[in-house]
Amino acid sequence: MKLAIMTGVVALLLLALIFELLRRRQLREKYAVLWLVVGLVTLPLGFIPWSLDNVSSWLGVASGASLVLFLAVVFLLIVCIHLSWEASRLEDETRSLAEEVALIRAELREVRERQGELEAGAEDARAFRAGTNGRTVGIVTQRDGKAVVGER
Amino acid sequence: MNADKRVLIIIPAWNEAGSIADVIAEVRDVLPAYDILVVNDGSTDDTERVALAAGARVVSLPYNLGVGGAMRLGYRYADENDYDIAIQLDADGQHDPRYVPKLIDGLGEARLVLGARFAGEGDYQVRGPRRWAMTLLSRVLSRMAKTKLDDTTSGFRACDREIIRLFAQWYPVEYLGDTVETLVRVIRLGHPVGQVPVAMRQRTAGTPSNSPIKAAVYLGRALITLLLAINRR
Repeated sequence: MKLAIMTGVVALLLLALIFELLRRRQLREKYAVLWLVVGLVTLPLGFIPWSLDNVSSWLGVASGASLVLFLAVVFLLIVCIHLSWEASRLEDETRSLAEEVALIRAELREVRERQGELEAGAEDARAFRAGTNGRTVGIVTQRDGKAVVGER
Repeated sequence: MNADKRVLIIIPAWNEAGSIADVIAEVRDVLPAYDILVVNDGSTDDTERVALAAGARVVSLPYNLGVGGAMRLGYRYADENDYDIAIQLDADGQHDPRYVPKLIDGLGEARLVLGARFAGEGDYQVRGPRRWAMTLLSRVLSRMAKTKLDDTTSGFRACDREIIRLFAQWYPVEYLGDTVETLVRVIRLGHPVGQVPVAMRQRTAGTPSNSPIKAAVYLGRALITLLLAINRR
């Protein structure tokens, strides 16, 4: 009887933890169902550990507890494999993001340089116009985007 | 025939501030018509600033991804900016840019041309397990490609538009994946691969790894990479 109380209490705590994490939205929905099912299965098993004895003897396993242990190990292995798969996928995604950031930064640097050149060109033109006093001077933008000062 | 093509030299660099300026200067000197892109692979030193000052274009990854990661970014840049030919060259100065025109000439009949270190020119040598691994790789890959490939792990290579597009989307980050696996994929897709003999130079900075344990690990990883690459569809 002591055993049933111990395992039952553990199952309850587990279920409470899962529920709390779900309530606070710390677990993604795709994992939520999985963990809720796990919690709901362990709860009755916790309070009545011998309930599986019939099934286990039919499978050739000596006691229900061993069967639960075996299933737990298999389940945890699958979860581990799933998590490494998930981690690989996330690495792939962050890699793409890193590339994107690098390309955007390079482009930003180029745009800034070009803008700096344009502003310097405009500055020169203004100074030039002030100096030439009355003659028509304009900024001719060349194909490569660099501003040059020219007379019309 | 390749005079009017746009060529991009991609140099992956990770903490190469010591040698990158000389490499860029030499490439600009030998190949003034080509654009140079340094892919700064999350360096913690001055690589980015030095490369920019030397007159190269620079794309900087926010953290270190490894050669494969840096190269995919390089090919993405080449793809997005419509380059016809991309050349991959190491930042440590061991690849002589004078061989680049020869690599490009090889692109006539092949889509991907490797600069091979064992194919006669120069006196590049390796021994022990590392040598066995390289021999095995070149035997298997030569048979697959139906042409002689002496140096499959060479990081000195040239490729055309089609391969740039492929590498921009797919380029493995794993160790050795960047050389061996890409080669297997290109051969599998039916693209012709060729090689041009090149001489290697001493690295201007950094030392090559020589410990026998590292060499044995290299052999193991080469085998695993090859097995996985061949069994992928």
